[in-house]
Amino acid sequence: MSSHGLLVKNVVDASGQLIEIEVTGEVITQMSASVQSDFPIFDGQGLLVLPGLVDLHTHLREPGKEDSETVLSGSQAAARGGYTAVSAMANTFPVADTAGVVEQVARLGKEAGLCDVFPIGAVTVGLEGEQLAELSAMAQSAAAVRIFSDDGKCVSDPLLMRRALEYVKSFGGVIAQHAQDPSLTAGAQMNEGAISSKLGLKGWPSVAEESIIARDILMAHYVQSRLHICHLTTKGGVELVRWAKSQGIKVSAEVTPHHLLLTDDLASSYDPVYKVNPPLRTQEDVLALRAGLADGTIDVVATDHAPHPSEDKDCEWSAAAFGMIGLETALSVVVTTMIDTGLMDWQTLVKRMSTAPAEIGGYAGHGELAVSRQANFILVDPKQKWTVDREAMLSRSSNTPFHGQTLTGSVVHTFFKGVQVIRNGKLTGMKHE
Amino acid sequence: MRAKHLLSIQDLTPAEILEILDTARELERITEGSMKKLPTLRGRTVVNLFFEDSTRTRLSFEAAAKRLSADVINFSAKGSSVSKGESLKDTAQTLEAMGAELVIVRHHSSGAAKRLAESGWIKSHVVNAGDGTHEHPTQALLDAYTIRKHFPQNERDFSGLRIGIVGDILHSRVARSNALLLTALGAQVVLIAPPTLLPVGVESWPVEISYNLDSEIGKLDAIMMLRVQSERMSDAFFPSEREYARDFGLGTQRLKKLKYDAIIMHPGPMNRGLEISAASADSKQSVILEQVANGVIVRMAVLYLLMGGTSVPTEGVLV
Repeated sequence: MSSHGLLVKNVVDASGQLIEIEVTGEVITQMSASVQSDFPIFDGQGLLVLPGLVDLHTHLREPGKEDSETVLSGSQAAARGGYTAVSAMANTFPVADTAGVVEQVARLGKEAGLCDVFPIGAVTVGLEGEQLAELSAMAQSAAAVRIFSDDGKCVSDPLLMRRALEYVKSFGGVIAQHAQDPSLTAGAQMNEGAISSKLGLKGWPSVAEESIIARDILMAHYVQSRLHICHLTTKGGVELVRWAKSQGIKVSAEVTPHHLLLTDDLASSYDPVYKVNPPLRTQEDVLALRAGLADGTIDVVATDHAPHPSEDKDCEWSAAAFGMIGLETALSVVVTTMIDTGLMDWQTLVKRMSTAPAEIGGYAGHGELAVSRQANFILVDPKQKWTVDREAMLSRSSNTPFHGQTLTGSVVHTFFKGVQVIRNGKLTGMKHE
Repeated sequence: MRAKHLLSIQDLTPAEILEILDTARELERITEGSMKKLPTLRGRTVVNLFFEDSTRTRLSFEAAAKRLSADVINFSAKGSSVSKGESLKDTAQTLEAMGAELVIVRHHSSGAAKRLAESGWIKSHVVNAGDGTHEHPTQALLDAYTIRKHFPQNERDFSGLRIGIVGDILHSRVARSNALLLTALGAQVVLIAPPTLLPVGVESWPVEISYNLDSEIGKLDAIMMLRVQSERMSDAFFPSEREYARDFGLGTQRLKKLKYDAIIMHPGPMNRGLEISAASADSKQSVILEQVANGVIVRMAVLYLLMGGTSVPTEGVLV
């Protein structure tokens, strides 16, 4: 590969500067306003160049639920969405709670060759919340797992959570908590409030999320470990994280694109495409999440891409599965909710969608455009308006809540380790070998 | 009526509500005469699609359909393909393929009737016969029909009537439909329950809230007692049946505080001795059996209007 290369010209970086980037093999070899290079020129046509996006929360469903997604189809969706790294959640069948399973997922990711696939390991055996999984074995495996999560379920037992937070300190791990008190949310279907009271759907109180966040912030501080809070959805949760950071507690938090845009009144249709865990909340929560993302209280945007086959959504609300796909729409939703509204600039977007998640996951090679770093970058048309079409997804599933919505900003080209995997929004057929 | 389905009281204007009630009144007048059975829906097929046990509602709809000469297919989930894992969609499509033109659905999932009507699964008319803890629109219609019979001066406008709904509001589709319908017609509605049995968000409903039955009971023109399910106790919504009955039951002593012309209602089935004492249920003020009779009439009106009847039937049209 080392003799191959290209010179990306006529692109603008997140700060608005014209920039030229020389890629040699997998690596950025020169980057400045004017680069001398013999490589063929790739004309960026004035597009925005950003480091490849990094997702900390991706359900790729393989092994076990290949009818909804595979590592390959999920990688294709990721590449199209501008992601050069994703984090495969552990709630597969079998659960990713052993070195064997995480290594299998990592290997499938390498074979797909469209983005880095970093497996997340389960905190507890079988996500049962009873016994710690072999976290160290997963950390030392070829998959080198650093993030552990029982996502989909909360590590609700306080003692087990304490032990997990302590245990991962020996290898620099982080526990990503799905904050949901199970007893307060038994049978819950949607956000508890005015809308649920009218729809007769069992409410999911915000306090069920916030009480776990508060507890785990205190716990992380007490044992001096790293806590990451998955998919924050409430105003109160944002305030708790803001307080924790002001105290110097090592906590990070993520928000999903759908929680930045959608609210619980959508459940009035009883269309389960809007059924998600944690649930869509109120407009007040949405505004608090946007403010938290803008000021850095919330460190990252994570997709919680959750594919489901149509039979799990084409049914009555209570019978439907929780979850929405999001890899192919994430950037556009963030542009629409945060940049179009003037809450955030492109440099901050890069921090939240690339730099910070790469740091939290310890994903070397991602998060930054710089000489001698891996050539993981995307070219974006920041003004392009497009209408989401669920039939046009590269994901194997079509459960997007944004179908028919017009969003701003589109990923035009994606380069993964120097290989152009997406051209004009379509797979090139090339992959990293 | 322009609507194709009856899914929720939310979807009805006051004029449409009155149209259904007026149609029911005419149907009652006609069937009280020599003609017990009307040929209106002869040759048309109605399905009772019941995923939850509810003998009285199913029988009421069946009686209504048969008095309009419709063919009725009864489907109950127990022992059927549903217990073998068949979905709501497949079940409904199967029944439609057998000729159903109108589906009366009772389902444990809130919103099931709306999904059935609006997901493109079937083309039939859909009548919601109770969806989870959401709505039970025909129950509210029959309750309003019963109330206006007893308050004829309020036939087209419930302003000035104060109606109490007592008990498990949180899980009650009857309460949701009634709160919407009675307030739409102008009544004052007060929900009376312990805070654990009121939904979070109830402040947004167009009703008053009270935790104290004794302070409310003397002001009511109608009191609607809701069934309390025993499993609510194990879920810690209240400490014991005894305590519930003491604070929120319509006991014999509390009965004396009711206005002399107030009516006592219950959607059934009753737990005598829990939310309502035998003396209250059987008192002269009780209209509980009238509710049952009116249920058939009102459901006839709904089927009649949805399946293409004109708003006010005459015997000429019906025959």
